[in-house]
Amino acid sequence: MRFEVLAPSRAVAPPGWSRWLVPPAALSVHLSIGQAYAWSVFKPPLESALGLSGTQSALPFQLGIVMLGLSAAFGGTLVERRGPRWAMAVSLVCFSAGFLLAALGAATGQFWLIVFGYGFVGGIGLGIGYISPVSTLIKWFPDRPGLATGIAIMGFGGGALIASPWSSRMLESFGEQRGGIAAAFLVHGVVYAAFMALGVLLVRVPPDGWRPAGWEPDQRSRPLVTSAQVSARSAVRTPQFWCLWVVLCMNVTAGIGILEKAAPMIRDFFADTATPVSAPAAAGFVALLSLANMGGRLLWSATSDLIGRKNMYRVYLGVGALMYLAIARFGDGSKPLFICCALVILSFYGGGFATVPAYLRDLFGTYQVGAIHGRLLTAWSTAGVLGPLIVNWVADSQEDAGRSGSGLYGLSLTIMIVLLLVGFVANELVRPVHPRHHEPAASARTPERQEAPDGTPQQHSG
Amino acid sequence: MAPRSSTPADARGPRRRTALTVLVWLWVGLPLAYGLYELIDKATQLFTN
Repeated sequence: MRFEVLAPSRAVAPPGWSRWLVPPAALSVHLSIGQAYAWSVFKPPLESALGLSGTQSALPFQLGIVMLGLSAAFGGTLVERRGPRWAMAVSLVCFSAGFLLAALGAATGQFWLIVFGYGFVGGIGLGIGYISPVSTLIKWFPDRPGLATGIAIMGFGGGALIASPWSSRMLESFGEQRGGIAAAFLVHGVVYAAFMALGVLLVRVPPDGWRPAGWEPDQRSRPLVTSAQVSARSAVRTPQFWCLWVVLCMNVTAGIGILEKAAPMIRDFFADTATPVSAPAAAGFVALLSLANMGGRLLWSATSDLIGRKNMYRVYLGVGALMYLAIARFGDGSKPLFICCALVILSFYGGGFATVPAYLRDLFGTYQVGAIHGRLLTAWSTAGVLGPLIVNWVADSQEDAGRSGSGLYGLSLTIMIVLLLVGFVANELVRPVHPRHHEPAASARTPERQEAPDGTPQQHSG
Repeated sequence: MAPRSSTPADARGPRRRTALTVLVWLWVGLPLAYGLYELIDKATQLFTN
């Protein structure tokens, strides 16, 4: 059965449609699926209500992140073919259905249903939803692709900020027994469905030949910004894709190095000083890092429109390595220095996520940029496993070796610097894509254009 | 050809679009503002403890 209302041709913008209606459509999806990072709110109640261990209660989230990577990687081409409205609708259905299944699981005491619902079904919603607006935003904002994708991907960071206090308050009022958890999941599923529906109804793709009013493509020769188009299948066969894969993986791993251990780290660093850090202050530090993570997504991604993508990643990776070095050498001597360096690192972590779609667009064109982005997100999944593994393993081994305070983190910080330098080298190796990978002009038309009954070029106001 | 004079319906179009733009930005902006408020409230603990 085919839902005609979700067909790409039905999502083509009518004359006069403002492109500033598209970022809220993207945000309604990303602010919702970003809830995944607030899963920890449900862990303690689930553990006490269902008698689970900490490892078990993390399973729904872990499976969700794995499914995010897999569905983004394997569903990307389908998203490009069916368009953003279809993708957002799929994301809505999967993400909300995941919560409803989890509610049923909590009500009946069946933990496997929570894992399957939230992790597997909801995880598909995460992956499809994450990539759903990327290609569309880049087409609407050819003059500022970094800013546009930065707004959407900032939303993913912002989703946890909303969900964390909201879910906590809901559990407080419904209770933390099975019935209360089920009711909370049920409300999440219904409210997120309503919130994401805005994106499904609002999202539009620009008509064939559309350009922002008064904007002309930059005619200056910029070797890393192509006017050619590369398919997702060809892109993964280029060294540029794998260089960017390494860049993203290293940048994310380095960011997780701080995120994973932020609270114990700041306490250990200043444990033997005249001004030790209390537990509530450490929680405040973690909150500040979340703010830097979110702000960096918008700020640095928008900056990349001005200084270029390659230069922006030079900053993320090069200055990021210097920030880690500063923490390793002087961090325990100055609390403001430690905090500032950590904030900069986390802002680069967020910026790295938000800038990569525009980098892909520069290298591979807009033809299947969403699908290429989906495949690149496997670097995130890898880093999500690699980062915590390195940091926790090193911290444990240093503790076993009898180290304490800032000495616990010296090796971790050195590893992070090396990883960032590897990423820096990979970024330096990025060159323009060889023309043999370019699509012939006729086949590089977008799927929306192929299915649109009337491909007449139109000029709309920005 | 003489330019078509604008009708009240033409004038309502941009106003409706502006209202829609404001509405949808509020739809996503208000929850985000709530999240930011809660976060900043928590982050201040770093300086008060």
